[in-house]
Amino acid sequence: MNKRLSWFNVTSLSLGFAFLYLPMLILIFYSFNESKLVTVWAGFSTKWYVELMHDQPFLDAAWVTLKVAVSSSTLATVLGTMAAITLVRMGRFPGRTLFSGMIYAPLVMPDVITGLSLLLLFIAIGLDRGIFTIMLAHTTFSMCYVSVVVSSRLLTFDRSLEEASMDLGASGFTTFRLVTLPIILPAVISGWLLAFTLSLDDLVIASFTTGPSSTTLPIKIFSAVRLGVSPEINALSTLMITVVAVGVVSASLVSKRAILKQRREEQEGERV
Amino acid sequence: MNLRRLVLISVPYLWLVALFLVPFLIVVKISLSTTAIAIPPYTPTLDLAQGWAGFKDFLSQLSFDNFTFLTQDDLYWKAYLSSLKIAALSTLFTLLVAYPIAYGMARVPDEWRPTLLMLIILPFWTSFLIRVYAWMGILSDEGLLNQFLMWLGVISSPLHIMNTSKAVYIGIVYTYLPFMVLPIYAALDKMDESLNEAAVDLGASRLSSFWLVTLPMSRNGVIAGCFLVFIPALGEYVIPQLLGGSQTLMIGKVLWDEFFSNRDWPVASAVAVVLLVILIVPIVLFQRNQQKQQEAES
Repeated sequence: MNKRLSWFNVTSLSLGFAFLYLPMLILIFYSFNESKLVTVWAGFSTKWYVELMHDQPFLDAAWVTLKVAVSSSTLATVLGTMAAITLVRMGRFPGRTLFSGMIYAPLVMPDVITGLSLLLLFIAIGLDRGIFTIMLAHTTFSMCYVSVVVSSRLLTFDRSLEEASMDLGASGFTTFRLVTLPIILPAVISGWLLAFTLSLDDLVIASFTTGPSSTTLPIKIFSAVRLGVSPEINALSTLMITVVAVGVVSASLVSKRAILKQRREEQEGERV
Repeated sequence: MNLRRLVLISVPYLWLVALFLVPFLIVVKISLSTTAIAIPPYTPTLDLAQGWAGFKDFLSQLSFDNFTFLTQDDLYWKAYLSSLKIAALSTLFTLLVAYPIAYGMARVPDEWRPTLLMLIILPFWTSFLIRVYAWMGILSDEGLLNQFLMWLGVISSPLHIMNTSKAVYIGIVYTYLPFMVLPIYAALDKMDESLNEAAVDLGASRLSSFWLVTLPMSRNGVIAGCFLVFIPALGEYVIPQLLGGSQTLMIGKVLWDEFFSNRDWPVASAVAVVLLVILIVPIVLFQRNQQKQQEAES
């Protein structure tokens, strides 16, 4: 498109990004507020961070959340990659339509329905609810996201590479290990990250599928903020926003460098 | 080779049948049951030990009473209508906010684009709950927005935004904005600017070339963005619960309360089934739109 920016473009971009970022910046700013009243500024302080670090229920909830997120996203990555290969590479098999329906449906299913249906299942089979059931629930919906991410990569890459490997005598599994997997690896990693974030973020499904003994961080935050704004939650939010921001910014720097390197190599290749 | 293929297909297949399809069938089944004071709190329960006779007995006890109940009590259809209205209007507001941003992003110099794209995607990776919570301190009666407006002298008494549907609209627009910006940006980015130049050369004004050329060319992005906001907004629970207060009726909240507060599992299940039936229409339309787009590209 045209590279000429009008005043209208500049205004809408500035207002748009201010709208996106001001609420989060305000949250961060007030997490350093001395006063317990969150809307009155009473001087700089880091006491809410200190208090947070000594709040055992919060630390326990954070630990539960991390355990669920790591296990469910890893399992979801394995299952989702298998599902993607099934959808893209396995051709026709009985029940294929049902399978692709079951991959896409959870993406658009409201959380309240997913949560309710899984809870009713766990009750029906008499499974004790806790970390394990949250993990099962998170794996189920995030494997669908992983499979969508991985299958879009599988659809675009050159199949002749796999065929060449098979022609040269490699078995199906060796071809997968040495050719397919390295090519789809970036998609598999972003699938894992997506699954991890979805699990960290989920409130509704975890509330339905958890038992009385295990509380995740979102459940803890939710029950605290229902009572109103609290400076300790502001401190916690600041920590979470910082971690994500550092992660996303460094990931984008790494990918930018990779693109630049690739471009340079291409240019050198042309010169030779 | 064949065994490997079987394992590869059947593991994710069985997982989804067990943890997606079966739970959903249980919801449908319980929605056809009646509430009972028992564990589990509904009848009939399927007793497979009695074989075919037990199954027939089970079938004969199923009833559509819960669905009739939903139509009779106006709480439910009001909640459905109000969810549809809130989801539709907030989709429109999101579009109005997102389009100028996407349009601006498609016109900035190439070297800025990755940074702007990253800034649009970054909120998506931060906690949804925290982004909704951030507005609680801004919108309340003694919140920052009211303090600011009163300091400016625009208003003399605080505006009541928190705990009304206005706060829900703001919350939905804010949290779903990236889902609208990204597809519109993708559509505008692919567009050939020479089409606009041709329109201007042929005597169109900048504005009419926008209406007649740019907007129709970005149609697919707009449609995709609208579905991506409308579908999840319809079943939203967190935003109406935190920002909407007790007066804002949305079906996700009704389902939650029916299950957790009233412990009425059959009615909660019936609410879920009806919500899903309502969602099928936009989902099918969205799928069609995506397919058409893919075919047009290939």
